[in-house]
Amino acid sequence: MQTKHPYLTIFFTFLKIGLFTFGGGYAMISLIEREFVSVKKWISSEEMMDMIAISESTPGPLAINSATYVGYRLKGFWGALLATLAVTIPSFVIIFVISLFLDQFLALTVVANAFKGIQVAVAVLILTAGLNMLRQMKKDALSIAIFVATFVVMILIDALAWNFSVIWLILIGGVLGLCFYGVSALRAKARAKGQVREELSEAVGENTACPAAVLASAAEAQGRAKPEAEARDVSESEVETSETAESAQSGEQVKVIHRQPAEAPARSDEFAKDEKERGE
Amino acid sequence: MIYLKLFLTFLKIGVVSFGGGAGMFAIIEDEVLTHGWMSADMLLNFFAVSESTPGPIAVNIATFVGASQGGILGAFLATLGVILPSFLIILLIAAVFKNFMKNSAVQGALIGIRPVIVGMILAVAVTLFVGVALPSYPAFETMEIDYRAITIACGLLGTYFFAKHVCKRTLSPIMIILIAAVLGMVLYAF
Repeated sequence: MQTKHPYLTIFFTFLKIGLFTFGGGYAMISLIEREFVSVKKWISSEEMMDMIAISESTPGPLAINSATYVGYRLKGFWGALLATLAVTIPSFVIIFVISLFLDQFLALTVVANAFKGIQVAVAVLILTAGLNMLRQMKKDALSIAIFVATFVVMILIDALAWNFSVIWLILIGGVLGLCFYGVSALRAKARAKGQVREELSEAVGENTACPAAVLASAAEAQGRAKPEAEARDVSESEVETSETAESAQSGEQVKVIHRQPAEAPARSDEFAKDEKERGE
Repeated sequence: MIYLKLFLTFLKIGVVSFGGGAGMFAIIEDEVLTHGWMSADMLLNFFAVSESTPGPIAVNIATFVGASQGGILGAFLATLGVILPSFLIILLIAAVFKNFMKNSAVQGALIGIRPVIVGMILAVAVTLFVGVALPSYPAFETMEIDYRAITIACGLLGTYFFAKHVCKRTLSPIMIILIAAVLGMVLYAF
């Protein structure tokens, strides 16, 4: 970065981004890309892809996530702080001023009628956002099951006026995803151990006294993998127990990934592809 | 203590919100209605204004709700609450765990979270449609049907899908809101 006042440049660029992007996250990301990748060339397009993937996999507004990330990459903590502040300030000021007048504004009959129409538009906007996400969602059995369950529970919550926070649904989804992740990692491990056992028994031949321990440990690993596989079908009430089991195994999952370099990159490629599609 | 409540509520929203503005709306609606801060009607108006003004929708709507409940300090605290988790999480990732997101249990958790968000957004859309079409829902005894709202919904969806599949253009949110405003002014005038 050769600019004389990098902090000022960061601040004013993000102020501009905050002021001129309508329609949320993705519009903002394309503007960040134009400003920092194409025009200023401060960050590479690869890093931009990383940034989008990270912003999408973490909670919070996409615009804030990407501003913080880009700011940090450029100028450390203060860069991150300035970028985040700058992207927030225009929204804050504009909305605060509007909020002062909205009530008087809504008292006009014409405006109130317009807003009755606009409320329908909000439903349409949320519907189209949801349909777009549904189209990009992975269509495996787990995803579809979680999707349908969430949809039904949400409708029931509304219809029966249940007192149940949607935050729990997100947490349950996260735990189910973790269990699934743990199970697939363990299965890969069990498969690897099975191969090792076959190779070993071939190599040792008739001498069965020595590899007995190896066989026992391999059998144990497979036996352990089984109850974990059942955990995949746990109902939502049982989630917590399987989570503990899962975290106990997490140390071994790391090893699995190291032992199977061929599988791990494939996994991350898949995610990268997924993120890319979502980004478009 | 409304200020503390605003800050903590939006801090919570900031921690669990995935899926952009629409995903956030489901969570914000849930929290705001539970606290009884405003009516579902007013929240829909806020969301529409947030969609049609620049900046992140989450920040807009946090500022709105905060300002309506606690003036400028309320707006400031709600906004701070909603951006603080993002800021800290991203800072941590950018500074410490560069490859944390790519190859870890976090991606595993996201396998489960993504479909929840999609289901949540679509369920909210359905309940919003029911809400505008049947203003008395879920009280079935005094059922009234708002035919104007249904007309507007059909008109908007028709225009949206026509533009998408026939003209190969995605209508911007502002365009949809403007069309709906005009339809509302015309239809509800009589």
